[in-house]
Amino acid sequence: MAWFRKEKKPLKAQNKRDLPADVFEQCPGCGEVLYRERLAKDLRVCSKCGHHLRISAEGYLSILLDAGSLEELDGNLRASDPLEFMDLKAYTNRIVTAESDGSGEAVMTATGRLDGIELAIAAMDFSFIGGSMGSVVGEKIARVSRLALRRCVPLVIISQSGGARMQEGIYSLMQMAKTSTVLARLHEASLPFISVLTNPTTGGITASHSMLGDVNLAEPDALIGFTGPRVIEETIKQELPKGFQRSEFQLEHGMVDLVVDRRDLKKTIALILRHQLAGWPE
Amino acid sequence: MPLEFESGIEGIRVQIDKLLDLADRRGIDVSSEVEVLREKLLEISRQTYENLDAMEQVLVARHPQRPYTLDYIDRICTDWIELHGDRAFRDDQAIVGGWARIRGRTVMVIGHQKGRNMKENLDRNFGMPHPEGYRKALRLLKQAEKFGRPVVTLIDTPGAYPGIGAEERGQGEAIATNLREMARLKTPIVSVIIGEGGSGGALALGVTDRILMLEHSVYSVISPEGCSAILWRSSEHREDAATALQLTARHVLDHGVCDEIIPEPVGGAHSDWDSAAAHLEDALDRVLSELVELTTDELLESRWAKYEAIGTWREA
Repeated sequence: MAWFRKEKKPLKAQNKRDLPADVFEQCPGCGEVLYRERLAKDLRVCSKCGHHLRISAEGYLSILLDAGSLEELDGNLRASDPLEFMDLKAYTNRIVTAESDGSGEAVMTATGRLDGIELAIAAMDFSFIGGSMGSVVGEKIARVSRLALRRCVPLVIISQSGGARMQEGIYSLMQMAKTSTVLARLHEASLPFISVLTNPTTGGITASHSMLGDVNLAEPDALIGFTGPRVIEETIKQELPKGFQRSEFQLEHGMVDLVVDRRDLKKTIALILRHQLAGWPE
Repeated sequence: MPLEFESGIEGIRVQIDKLLDLADRRGIDVSSEVEVLREKLLEISRQTYENLDAMEQVLVARHPQRPYTLDYIDRICTDWIELHGDRAFRDDQAIVGGWARIRGRTVMVIGHQKGRNMKENLDRNFGMPHPEGYRKALRLLKQAEKFGRPVVTLIDTPGAYPGIGAEERGQGEAIATNLREMARLKTPIVSVIIGEGGSGGALALGVTDRILMLEHSVYSVISPEGCSAILWRSSEHREDAATALQLTARHVLDHGVCDEIIPEPVGGAHSDWDSAAAHLEDALDRVLSELVELTTDELLESRWAKYEAIGTWREA
């Protein structure tokens, strides 16, 4: 009864559909085609699977800060090239390319109000050389932290970074010491520091400010770890289990306090800061 | 096991040994010949070691015969008592620590410890700590603070261990916490890079009032091999990476991160452990004598100023 059998066509994931890119965007998590407008309203969280699409530093500041309260700091600081570093490409060229879309560096710092609470804030940006921390990132974080210290306001840092910027050699390693030093001073002054870990937060960032929050919050399914999964696999010569180093793994292992949906981030931070320092509105 | 660029040096050493052996067996006086060869050895060692390229410096810093933390403790400390464990998980032998005296002054000494052979390295994990190693170090740092004793850290690690258990137990958190707590430790603290200063795994013992480096040690944000793999997308560019990273003691001094270079004997610390240890002891004694004169406030403020000043940028 061969004629009775159905020809089976192998199921193929339809990854690429021709859709007008200005109207639709496909969720990298589940493949669902989403209206850009709706996606923006959902803070770039997929309405079907909850996947958190990447957003910029500016994006985080506009989500978290009350309208009109943002005052950017040190937007004029730009990377220099102390080692005149050259690999397959000169570091200066990498900087020029990264700067060409208008971003200044891999972190944006500001003061503003979050639900009425005055605070100092830094948001890292993966799109600028992998969000890597060189002198400018370290210096901007140090400056905004010192401002928090002077004004006696809380500090929030949103991390989104592959680690230290190796093109700046020893300077980049020392930025880990630098951000941790200003956080030590904040700690001494009993000022709150909330760390928000987004996808990805790895390497020297995990080994410095991002793990030092009084409260560490993570967006769902973000890669968070010291050594990247590829290097670990190469070292131990085996495949890593699914979910390894993701936010939920870090929650289970006690490294973060909460996994928080981006749409709840602002109210979660406000709640914590009110308990710690800011108090409650009359 | 001499390194490749040491073959000239090794050749003369072999010649001297043969000559002495001959003298022994036949009862001939070879002292003048040996003297000539010894001078030649010194000269060729000096030349070789003055002209090492960046990757050769890395190989010297990793030299399997180079003295490690416990070898220095043996030579410069008295009344050493090692303390173990992080009180939470286990004793990580990639880091050792304990009380000791250096020229009569009690200090807490903490350092990375590599193994000398395969068995030792199974225990020491090639000097690559897990989080519990850094937490043991933190416990000892706090103990030194409690009793108002200065701390000396000896840094010599390829890096923090990249493994599953290390990640599960919070490698990043452990390092980060040490950075912050060292920045606010209310007692003098000095670090010395004695061999490999491997990235965050080294820095976790390195936020200190003074950073000293032995002449042939290196300090880098990433290993030349790792850098080559990432930026050159191939393992074959470690020489280029080592050069580009400017990781030698001389460079790190020039960039204002290292405060002082401690000279090594001609031919490197591995050629004369006692003399290397003597230089280290002199430097530590001098630096500690300076630091103990400062008040806690002065100490912390200058430590903070030191780290907060590191960096270069442009203004647009």
